[in-house]
Amino acid sequence: MVDKHSNWPEWVYIGVVVALLCWVGAEAWNVERLIEHVPEDAEVIKVVGQQWFWTFEHEDGTKEIGELHLETGKAYKFEITSTDVIHSFNIHDYVVLLDAVPGRVNTVWFSPVEAGVHDIQCREYCGLIHYNMRGTLYVEDPS
Amino acid sequence: MVLELHKPRPIWQIMFSTHHTDVGLLYLITSLAFLFLGGALALAIRAELFFPGSQIIADSMTFNRIFTVHGTTLIFLFILPSASAVGNYFVPIMVRYKDMAYPKLNAIAFWMIPPGGALIWLGFADFTWYATPPYSVISAPGPAADMWIFGLKILGVSSILGAINFVVTILKCKHPDMSIGQVPLLAWSFLSSSLIILVALPTFAAALLMLLTDRLGVSGFFNPALGGDPIAYAHLFWFTFHPEVYVLVIPAIGMMYEIVPRFSRRPIRIYSSGIAAFVLLAIVGFSSWAHHMYATGLSFTEKTVFMVGTLAAVPASAMHVFNLLGSMWSGRIRFATPMMWAVGGIALFFSAGAGGVVNSAMPLDFVTHDSYWVVGHFHLFVMGTIAFGTIGYVYYMFPYVTGRLYNEMLGKVHFVLAMIGTSMVFFTQHVLGLYGMPRRIYDYPPIPEWIAMNQIASVGAMIIGVSMVIWLANMIYSAGKGKEANMEDPFGLGGHYYYPHQQKNPHH
Repeated sequence: MVDKHSNWPEWVYIGVVVALLCWVGAEAWNVERLIEHVPEDAEVIKVVGQQWFWTFEHEDGTKEIGELHLETGKAYKFEITSTDVIHSFNIHDYVVLLDAVPGRVNTVWFSPVEAGVHDIQCREYCGLIHYNMRGTLYVEDPS
Repeated sequence: MVLELHKPRPIWQIMFSTHHTDVGLLYLITSLAFLFLGGALALAIRAELFFPGSQIIADSMTFNRIFTVHGTTLIFLFILPSASAVGNYFVPIMVRYKDMAYPKLNAIAFWMIPPGGALIWLGFADFTWYATPPYSVISAPGPAADMWIFGLKILGVSSILGAINFVVTILKCKHPDMSIGQVPLLAWSFLSSSLIILVALPTFAAALLMLLTDRLGVSGFFNPALGGDPIAYAHLFWFTFHPEVYVLVIPAIGMMYEIVPRFSRRPIRIYSSGIAAFVLLAIVGFSSWAHHMYATGLSFTEKTVFMVGTLAAVPASAMHVFNLLGSMWSGRIRFATPMMWAVGGIALFFSAGAGGVVNSAMPLDFVTHDSYWVVGHFHLFVMGTIAFGTIGYVYYMFPYVTGRLYNEMLGKVHFVLAMIGTSMVFFTQHVLGLYGMPRRIYDYPPIPEWIAMNQIASVGAMIIGVSMVIWLANMIYSAGKGKEANMEDPFGLGGHYYYPHQQKNPHH
């Protein structure tokens, strides 16, 4: 089969697509690079997922189950792991999302800006009560 | 085989036949049966999620089993066999050979599907179609999980046998006068998807065995308690199943390449760019598997590499869209039912691809990952692109299978309802994901936006359900009582088609 048509519209089109993709890729690379830079003074919160609840341990050793109390203006680094199956730690309002993998510690950080109440949920299928593996994040102004 | 209802044969003659059109018919009927079974499960899921709280499904375990079997069924028992059906009917004709290269192997590949399907349906496992470890190793109840593993094993072998057959048929059995650059694009699509299967699938076959021995407690590949790593499974699984996405979508694009130029009454715009795009997809598809795993804790460098690999697949898909639209551009289009399905499929393919660019951009993936966005995104591919292309093609080949025409009006109603329903379900699910609803959940808190979006999606699903019932009724009625088709030119388009019914069937 011989192509009777000239190809230039297709090349222009592919050029536009590739240019758009390069732009998306470069922006994504740049933003992700900034996001992943953890501030040095970030407070460490140890997060443990297990079927089917979240446990949080603050730097001073206090533990919370299903609830997490944080203060505005501080940076927090979550060290996330699991004791049984894979879970995924998610505070959707702050785009905090990382898998809790048994045998590994994954880290992600964020800094709450405003006092408020946010949902914590599990985003990775983990069995029977996965749908209700939820918690609450309370962000308070420092007293 | 064709025109069974004109010249009836005993059913065992079709079942034990090795002729490519007979095996194609078996593939077709089996895959459509599983489409309706899997679709019924989807309706159950949508009905359950209509309101927060428990609706029609008693407990979360049942719900988890339902979405697992829904996904497994539609991917392995509908999409793959329906593509094989089309390939069996048309590839030998397109390369001008009397049959598939290995007819007995062809029949064996088909007959592995019913036992595989039976294992999946009788077991009804609950660990998602991804069989997520270590849940699948330490928590998932047997024997359902083990039956699923064996079922997938059988279906995997069936895929590999089918792929070998297509590759040999196209490369070695094509007519000597025909160069590989003259093979029609539908056959090219089977060549490239079969080559992907041969490279990708053995990895998953190995992972399945490792999963099984892990479950038996004799190994700990994916069990952290025994020193294993569940993320290793993720790599093995996605190394197979990201390229597998292209295995599913490429034949559907091939079907559109057959339908669109025919109903536009002009040749494909640029034949060689169609081939180039198939080959590109088949190669680049292997560079993107870990974009499913950004949230497992990949390093920045790994994420960057796989983002670039993912974006690299977009231009090839865009070339297909360009080529299909280019074929329509100056054509004299006849919007018969198959053409409507193909055009709808192209539109949804474009939408799905655009959403995929968002997923692959690293920071945005953390908004969409494992949320309903992802569900909407890949359903635009599997339903919007692949099922649309396939259903259009089933309409297109209907006269060659039955010797009769389907009811055109009902075919159009089917399309319009399915297009509305598909848009309502899957675009809405994208938005639902942006509101943060995780996938695979049996129940959700009564957040007003979540309720509204879920209800729109559920109504859309019911509309799709109604349209599919119309389709089923149309097919059954028209196969027996439809208008006799003009077998030389059933759609009145002029020109020359590929005629499966003229293939000499020794059993006929």
